[in-house]
Amino acid sequence: MANTQYELNKGLAQMLKGGVIMDVTTPEQAKIAEKAGACAVMALERIPADIRAAGGVSRMSDPKMIKGIQEAVSIPVMAKCRIGHFAEAQILEAIEIDYIDESEVLSPADDVYHIDKRKFKVPFVCGARDLGEALRRINEGASMIRTKGEPGTGDIVQAVRHMRKMNEEIARITSLREDELYEAAKSLQVPYDLVLYVHENGKLPVVNFAAGGVATPADASLMMQLGAEGVFVGSGIFKSGDPAKRAAAIVKAVTNYTDAKLIAELSEDLGEAMVGINKQEIKLIMEERGK
Amino acid sequence: MKIGILAVQGAFIEHQKMLEDSGADCVLLRKKSDITNDIDGLVLPGGESTVQGKLLRELDMYEVLKDKIKNGLPVLATCAGLILLSEELSNDPNTYFATLPVITKRNAYGRQLGSFKKIANLNEIGGFEMVFIRAPYIEAVKSTDVKVLAVIDDYIVAVRYKNQLALTFHPELGEDNRVHRYFLDMVHNS
Repeated sequence: MANTQYELNKGLAQMLKGGVIMDVTTPEQAKIAEKAGACAVMALERIPADIRAAGGVSRMSDPKMIKGIQEAVSIPVMAKCRIGHFAEAQILEAIEIDYIDESEVLSPADDVYHIDKRKFKVPFVCGARDLGEALRRINEGASMIRTKGEPGTGDIVQAVRHMRKMNEEIARITSLREDELYEAAKSLQVPYDLVLYVHENGKLPVVNFAAGGVATPADASLMMQLGAEGVFVGSGIFKSGDPAKRAAAIVKAVTNYTDAKLIAELSEDLGEAMVGINKQEIKLIMEERGK
Repeated sequence: MKIGILAVQGAFIEHQKMLEDSGADCVLLRKKSDITNDIDGLVLPGGESTVQGKLLRELDMYEVLKDKIKNGLPVLATCAGLILLSEELSNDPNTYFATLPVITKRNAYGRQLGSFKKIANLNEIGGFEMVFIRAPYIEAVKSTDVKVLAVIDDYIVAVRYKNQLALTFHPELGEDNRVHRYFLDMVHNS
């Protein structure tokens, strides 16, 4: 992968900041999302809550469905491939997807190796629970990071844990002496150069979004206040009573995430939120996929 | 000098950093009450124009900013910001501020795989590394008062019209702050 392309791919993630990326399964949903103010949509066959309900192996979506969504909207279209499934990623690149999510929401195709994302021109976003995971994905070529959270639950607790863990580890790296960074790189299992970047800049070298369990405007505000640069909403929108209204409310909550009075207004009469399930109640823990 | 940066969505922090490094004070505009009368200039950053345009209206910022632009407030607009300013979009029925008499094509180079970087001449500034991300281009200008500042492959990528400086690329990405310093000179001289 040429260096220029990587810079362009990181740049696209920068343009998405302060925005909401919404899971959609049909062109109609994509249009609702775009109209509600989504800065990008994630095309997938089933939203995470339904993947949980259906069980079995879940894979990359039908390219025809993805193309239908690409034709329906003018905003960037993302799609998921399985962890390690570089052939699925090649297919998504061939249909000119704007961003690939190498995602733990789908069944992993490889239990050791992630995709060598440097081999691709098209950008990748990957999930991470802590700094080590984030920097390993970046080293493999990811140009955007998101928390894993626990997808399809409507439960924000894991996304909060991952964001706090990331912040805490970044703060620790920043406070180290320079001669301590080699040991930090070793314990995080990541290259020294990336640790040095975090030490000098106090942040990841790519954009970091929140994902997994966001269901309300308040959830979005919480994640933004914890340092997320934008928000993915998966099942939270189209599993709720009034998707268009909830989507628009979450978009505005992300822009004015510290304005509690506005978020109070936005939170009124949104209809039913997705029911949600707690981690203790589920058998399939997606966040543990891919290390 | 105080520059207001539209901060409803997109890469506004990058502009803030460039401008602060060049000696300006910045205020982020997220809602109507943020738009005060002591703002000397306005930045419309890159991001998604559909999102920004919608939020401008819903957060009640559209009228007041449009009036300020029409009354001569200096504006720097990049990528999505240029779309917000354009009088006409050739592939989209929507328009936003529509204060810049040009016809613009959205996503003119296609999807992300069409994004590119190129060094080209930017009039009044010189050779400049231009970063295009799902960028628009200007198909035509509708007034002789629009000064074309840069052209790549026959398409216009930078213009100045009175108080409005509009670029289809992203001078806020990278380290070169000459565009931002040029804009601050514009503000200073206005």
